[in-house]
Amino acid sequence: MTTANVEQKVKNIIADQLGVGEDEIKITSSFIEDLGADSLDIVELVMAMEEEFEVEIPDEEAENIKTVQDAVNYITTHKK
Amino acid sequence: MFDFTGKTALVTGASRGIGRAIAVALAKGGASVALNYAGNEAAAAEALELVQRAGAPRAKLYRFDVADPAACNQAVEDVVADLGGLHVLVNNAGIAVDQLVMRVKDEDWNRQLQVNLTGAFNLTRAVTRPMMKARGGAIVNLTSVVGEMGNAGQAAYAATKAGLIGLTKSVARELASRNVRVNAVAPGYIETDMTAALPEAAKTKLQELIPLARLGTAEDVANAVAFLASDLASYVTGEVLRVNGGMYM
Repeated sequence: MTTANVEQKVKNIIADQLGVGEDEIKITSSFIEDLGADSLDIVELVMAMEEEFEVEIPDEEAENIKTVQDAVNYITTHKK
Repeated sequence: MFDFTGKTALVTGASRGIGRAIAVALAKGGASVALNYAGNEAAAAEALELVQRAGAPRAKLYRFDVADPAACNQAVEDVVADLGGLHVLVNNAGIAVDQLVMRVKDEDWNRQLQVNLTGAFNLTRAVTRPMMKARGGAIVNLTSVVGEMGNAGQAAYAATKAGLIGLTKSVARELASRNVRVNAVAPGYIETDMTAALPEAAKTKLQELIPLARLGTAEDVANAVAFLASDLASYVTGEVLRVNGGMYM
């Protein structure tokens, strides 16, 4: 899967979970500050990404995933 | 009295006693009901029939051990697929093995903890996502008067029931923003198989402690559970509703 593919899928997941339009989601968007996510949303996002990409995202790593870019980076480096 | 039209409820320990009465009460309100049971096939079949007769649009038996996390996850997935969503979870399954504390066996302590407390946790965790996604739901945990009062001979049982109150209040806080309400019902002494084992003299003595001067019925408890599970309780969360005839206030 290319990085562009990962980015698109991450955006799909975010749009679905947070109920925001995909055009509002920039690669630099912060989940909490820009997209209005709360702590439960973050947990749901992480779980959805784990399922979609078949990666494990430990809690201590999840804490560092704050933006769309962070998520894409984590997935592209950890995906089998 | 309570309207559960279009809702699906999962009731654990639903084959007998209070669980069965809860399943019937929810069915009367029009809920589709998933009845969990541990192994008593005859009792489960009887409960299923009562639930169907009470008016549940759909009803189904699910045999699994609530102490098994994988089984709980699978069951929730199955209920959502079979009965169309999951809007109400009633954690009722429970066991009591009474012994004075110095005689409590490790396996009895562990098993009571696993079924009564971990079981409720397992299912709560499993329903969280579907309920959050649906932006609503109700969880009702069956605790007990002894969880608040303590009871000689029930150190383990009382500990699990007190634990359920902590679980109830914590999850109520976590999920409130998603309109998922979490409450507990604390029955006092109720006429069930569990209390039928008590000697007559003990029962008479118990009644003297109860201002309403009788043991409760499973229906008394089921009505309280149905209220908390219903939209009539839409502003109630993190509450412990005592149904004990006034024996503990």
